[in-house]
Amino acid sequence: MTIGAVTVIVIHLVLAVLLSPVLIGVMRTTRARLEGRVGGGIRQPWRDLRKLLAKQPTRAPGSTPVLTLAPILLMASSLVLCALIPFVSTVALTSVPGDLFVVVGVLLLGTVALALLGLESGTAFGGMGSSRHMVIAALVEPTVLLSIYALSVPAGTSALAAIVRARLADPASLLNPASLLAIFALVVVVIAETGRLPVDNPSTHLELTMIHEAMILESGGRDLGWLELGSWLRLTALLGLVANLALPWGIAQDAAPLGLLVGVAAITGKLLLLGAALAAVEVFIAKLRLFRVPELLAGSFVLAFLSVSASYLVF
Amino acid sequence: MSRLDPPEVIRVDRERLVETIAAQLAGGLRLGLVAAHEDRPSTSDARFRIVHVLLGADGRRVEVVVEIPRAGAWLPTLAGVSYPAGRFEREMRDLYGIVPRDHPQPYRLVRHGHWPTGYHPMLADADPNPDFGADAGFPFAEVTGKGVYEIPVGPVHAGLIEPGHFRFSVVGETIVRMYQRLYFAHRGVEKLFEGRPAAEGIALAERISGDTAVGHSLAFAMAVEDALGIEVAERERLVRALLVECERLYNHINDIGAIINDTGFGIVNQHAARLRETLLRHNERLTGHRLLRGAIRIGGADLLDRPDLALVAAVADEAAELARISTEHPMVANRLDTTAVLPPDQARSLGVLGYVARASGIRVDARADQPFADLGDGFHVVTAEAGDVRARFDVRVGEIAVSARLVADLAVRIQALERSSAVLELAGPGAGLGVVEAWRGTLVHRVEVGADGNLTRVKVVDPSFCTWPALGIALADTIVPDFPLANKSFNLSYAGNDL
Repeated sequence: MTIGAVTVIVIHLVLAVLLSPVLIGVMRTTRARLEGRVGGGIRQPWRDLRKLLAKQPTRAPGSTPVLTLAPILLMASSLVLCALIPFVSTVALTSVPGDLFVVVGVLLLGTVALALLGLESGTAFGGMGSSRHMVIAALVEPTVLLSIYALSVPAGTSALAAIVRARLADPASLLNPASLLAIFALVVVVIAETGRLPVDNPSTHLELTMIHEAMILESGGRDLGWLELGSWLRLTALLGLVANLALPWGIAQDAAPLGLLVGVAAITGKLLLLGAALAAVEVFIAKLRLFRVPELLAGSFVLAFLSVSASYLVF
Repeated sequence: MSRLDPPEVIRVDRERLVETIAAQLAGGLRLGLVAAHEDRPSTSDARFRIVHVLLGADGRRVEVVVEIPRAGAWLPTLAGVSYPAGRFEREMRDLYGIVPRDHPQPYRLVRHGHWPTGYHPMLADADPNPDFGADAGFPFAEVTGKGVYEIPVGPVHAGLIEPGHFRFSVVGETIVRMYQRLYFAHRGVEKLFEGRPAAEGIALAERISGDTAVGHSLAFAMAVEDALGIEVAERERLVRALLVECERLYNHINDIGAIINDTGFGIVNQHAARLRETLLRHNERLTGHRLLRGAIRIGGADLLDRPDLALVAAVADEAAELARISTEHPMVANRLDTTAVLPPDQARSLGVLGYVARASGIRVDARADQPFADLGDGFHVVTAEAGDVRARFDVRVGEIAVSARLVADLAVRIQALERSSAVLELAGPGAGLGVVEAWRGTLVHRVEVGADGNLTRVKVVDPSFCTWPALGIALADTIVPDFPLANKSFNLSYAGNDL
């Protein structure tokens, strides 16, 4: 079983690293085409990444090791996230639980690394980005916790793999109101956490409006490459989690080769479709005024809370 | 309608300057331009002559002229009676060394820290290539208090925009004070005009601010014609009015896309860019240049082709649809409404111009106040009351419709008139004024031509010069992430201001 679990984790990591630039490419291209632009193409993020990773970083004199460590930390936390979240198979290492509390903790680790990086640069933009990012993180993390917790109630366990397996075994539970509320709350916080519209505009060049981009303004070359890939992996991991919680079909229950192959194909399809759908929705919405973002996130928290209450009433 | 009446000239000494200007302002005129002139330099009788141009809403023009000796030149400050006057005085002090006495804001405006002490570039004996020192810095008024921090932005910006430095003092996300430092794009345009033949000034005027090629070249041409007593035929005046509207159309459509793009609703910007490109290609067919350069000449204006009225109407319809889609979108509307309000009383006392003034309910438009051609029934001044980003957006949308209608009307009227060909004799001396409602607002040029037909002094006032201070006022209680939106809704020219 351990060898199977290790195989699954390796597949998760390789798949996530290969798939995340494609996912970003699909999202950007979808948005470009819907807006009537040609766009850079699906492979552009991959080309950007290759270029950045080959470049020497420029670091300000007097900067501390945080500048070097934060990208590594973000990258590491994103990879751990990808390893823990059941993408392809529900087989998990028994010694390392893919527990929802662990997942939220690892997520926060990456958030903190980014915020420290923003402060490290010592510029007004970086600090501004970090402060906004922490405000949003403080509102997002409880909702992530609550909404997955709501899904864990019927499964009777907080291990993500077990939750997905339980949902797969009982498809009727996918449509019960508690589950739908929790999934919706999760989608909202995933959008906020990964810096997409309407919370943050990933395609803006205006420093004063930025959140995520403001923190990484001072990074360049390799550092920026790792930060970009780390953020993309985060998006991939969170979207993958939503996809497999909402539509668990296709995920393998063991480590058999055929099942894994189907699992890889299923998650790839689900992720790209979800990404394209997210990008398509972004065309039709604008960015919220910063002070209204907490209203949105508080709303999603309320949904998650209702979902938890409903879970106890229903089961 | 032909040329407007020549200005009433009032000569005063500096003791009576303040009361004279105050009386004119009380009579409903506004200060449009202040130009200093250095008469008989390098003689023992060297003097400064300062011309204050006041413009009325009924075509009235008054020039208040004051002469002072060059040595130890000073003037009583007018800052107490007119805010724009105080800014003109600061500009004059930096460029000519004329000291406004008892000025409430005795700070430099044009000059940067690295200019040599006592260097006044507009003086005849100024070294064209002075020894610029290291940047001596530029102190900002510091806002202190618990939790106040500063955000410096620029002069190099992330987008393809002009250079300007903004210093925000912020508490949390709320802007307490915004200070702008401009004049990074100071090229000495006014000095470049001096000594050139009047006809050659057109090419320079077109390049003062790239997006206002028609506005600046027309104001310059009208000022030269006014100075030399040249009559412009009806047809040429209508062609000029048409060109001004073409310029307004493509710039306003660009602004609509840019404002909405800053709310994150990018698709509107894509379509606005497409419409702008359609208009730029139309411009090229009309004048041979996408930005309408080369169409205005002294004594006339030329079109290479008839305007494609169906195209202009279709573009205006699509722009109206884009604006409707944007303002009916609740998330976009929420970003525009009540953001960066410029209250009418502030707008009036600051002397703002153009769509910024009209969005705050001030009906100032040189097409109505100082007309050079009869625009017919299709023209009306678009105003709004709220003074927020939404109002500035709506005024632009309204003006697009008016401009498209004017283009159609004017094209028909131009067709009915014969092309005239008069040979011009450009001989001076003379002084004249050109007032044009360019797309950003009222643009004033004052030109003096010597006896040999060469320019001796050109003073340019871009509407941006008068409107820039209002941006900081409108930002009170605005949050930092809304600044780009507020700035885009003003969309002031750096090059036109810095000269």
